[in-house]
Amino acid sequence: MKICCLVKEVPDAAVQKRINPETKRLDRSGEKNLNPFDTHAIEAAMQLKEGGDVEVDEIVAVTMGPDSAVRALHKAVALGADRSLHLTDGALEGSDVAATGYALAKLLESESPDLVLLGQQSDDGECYTIGAVVADHLKMPSLTQVIKMDAAGGKLTLERQAEYGYDTVEVELPAVISVGDAINEPRYPSLKAIMGAKKKPLDTKSTADVGIEADRVGEGGSRTAVLEINPPPAKESGEIIEDEDTNETVEKIVAWLDERKLI
Amino acid sequence: MDFDLSDEQRLLRDTVRDFARQDVAPVAEELDRTKSFPYELVTKMGSLGLMGIPFPDEYGGGGADTLTYALAVEELTRIDSSVAITMAAHTSLGTMPIHLWGSDEQKRDWLPLLCPGEKLASFGLTEPEAGSDAGNTKTTAKLEDGEWVINGAKQFITNAGTDISGCVTITAVTGDADGRKEISNIIVPNGAPGYEQGEPYRKMGWNASDTRPLVFEDCRVPEGNLLGRRGDGFKQFMQILDGGRIGVAAMGVGLAQGALDEAISYAKERRAFGQPISKFQAIQAKIADISAQIEASRLLVYRAAIEKDRGDPFTLTAAQAKLITGRLAVRATEEAVQIHGGYGYIEEYPVCRFYRDAKILTIGEGTDEVQQMVIARRLGC
Repeated sequence: MKICCLVKEVPDAAVQKRINPETKRLDRSGEKNLNPFDTHAIEAAMQLKEGGDVEVDEIVAVTMGPDSAVRALHKAVALGADRSLHLTDGALEGSDVAATGYALAKLLESESPDLVLLGQQSDDGECYTIGAVVADHLKMPSLTQVIKMDAAGGKLTLERQAEYGYDTVEVELPAVISVGDAINEPRYPSLKAIMGAKKKPLDTKSTADVGIEADRVGEGGSRTAVLEINPPPAKESGEIIEDEDTNETVEKIVAWLDERKLI
Repeated sequence: MDFDLSDEQRLLRDTVRDFARQDVAPVAEELDRTKSFPYELVTKMGSLGLMGIPFPDEYGGGGADTLTYALAVEELTRIDSSVAITMAAHTSLGTMPIHLWGSDEQKRDWLPLLCPGEKLASFGLTEPEAGSDAGNTKTTAKLEDGEWVINGAKQFITNAGTDISGCVTITAVTGDADGRKEISNIIVPNGAPGYEQGEPYRKMGWNASDTRPLVFEDCRVPEGNLLGRRGDGFKQFMQILDGGRIGVAAMGVGLAQGALDEAISYAKERRAFGQPISKFQAIQAKIADISAQIEASRLLVYRAAIEKDRGDPFTLTAAQAKLITGRLAVRATEEAVQIHGGYGYIEEYPVCRFYRDAKILTIGEGTDEVQQMVIARRLGC
């Protein structure tokens, strides 16, 4: 079985996020890191490999991004992936979710994975959608918010987090599965794995290499356009009731709640 | 000038940062309060490769450079000094002499146990009347029937008395040469007859680290336990202390940074006179000053590490780095306690522990006064 893990380089969690008013995109300068949600996907792949219920031949970390995204791939292989694949091309800059999903799907086609795993969201864009878009292009089932995964007989039994409790579903492979962060506790990369990361194979692909149609990616190929970005309206300050006479205070609170039909 | 860390350095720093926050921080207060050695954390650090960062891969080490090691020490100290000194003393004082001067056999015997942290190593230099003034060493080792017979006492030794302590490398007078004491280093394994570890000290800080006096009474070890050449002991430990200072300096930066982290987060939360105290100039000035000094000191520590990695002389830079970072840690932790007000004086807040942990950094691995001496000599005084 070949597992491809989609990973992304995102601004480090400690960096204050800022929108560049000119490009209307997230300012991605400063410290960057592997999207923490994706580390759960790699860990899930490692647990399938180590669990022994299925034969996992290799785990491939896959990303699309600028040159610096190589660092995210280094971390991914330090966490256990066997090799990595980097789709990078100026033509991809400014791709929206649909265009990114299309490009990643084309890249994945060249690998013919049995299973595609990814984190449920990216720590920067937080769209939660890329898995579904990729699955649609690959004509594979898409499962999201998966918090438990067991493999047996060419099938996976999954638990999906639902609003109340969880759903248990069975899926035949190949499939695209995005995992929730409750699925596992990712391991730390060991120093040995970190020092060996650059020795693991890394392939770099351009859009032409994997047959991506130029007019379907990049800013021009994206069907959405960001017109304006505004901060959410500030919360209105609440009403402060000074407690001078407790009986009176209680009455005021009850009246306030009653007015809003809350009691 | 390249100020960027390599991918490996950055990745290890981030990993240790995560490890310290997720695994060390939740237990640090209890380990300190109960004065318990962090066995579980040492095992975890061992499996991550943090107990043998700069040693060769073939012996189970990480094969990484001094800067990588310094980054790891800094990130650990940012959360807890006891855990950091356990790792740092094991690496730069305990294992390093065997790595640098051990025979192939000594390396094969010890490094595969020490690099993954299965066993801990320590370095026994300080005596009741000798530390930096090692010429005054009183411990003796005499050759008798193919064995060194060791008599004397060591003190303030880190990592020698734990359940997993493997060996201590000690300095001992092995004879006279040209009217001067001949000092040599000898590896003494735990369990050697006549080698006893005393009760742990009651310290001001570093409570979860193991620090004890050692006693040698007709302690016998094979002649082959001599480390490197006979009479090279003085030269060897001077070199060990030089390198060790980079680790201790990294601790100073890490502790100051940890204190600053806590101070900023508290100051933004704590309100007085209708606003967070972080909005008051008096608090801002403290935070700004400390942050500027941390950045400057950090660069000096990294430079000392880079000099060592390049094979350049680094004694001066390492001593300068040790001198200013120890003082910085003392000052930064004091200011952090001050910003916390009364809460800084009680143990629920980490800055209280940080304040107690800081003082040793102006003392251990050569006092500030010794660093000044080293620096002044290098400047031709």
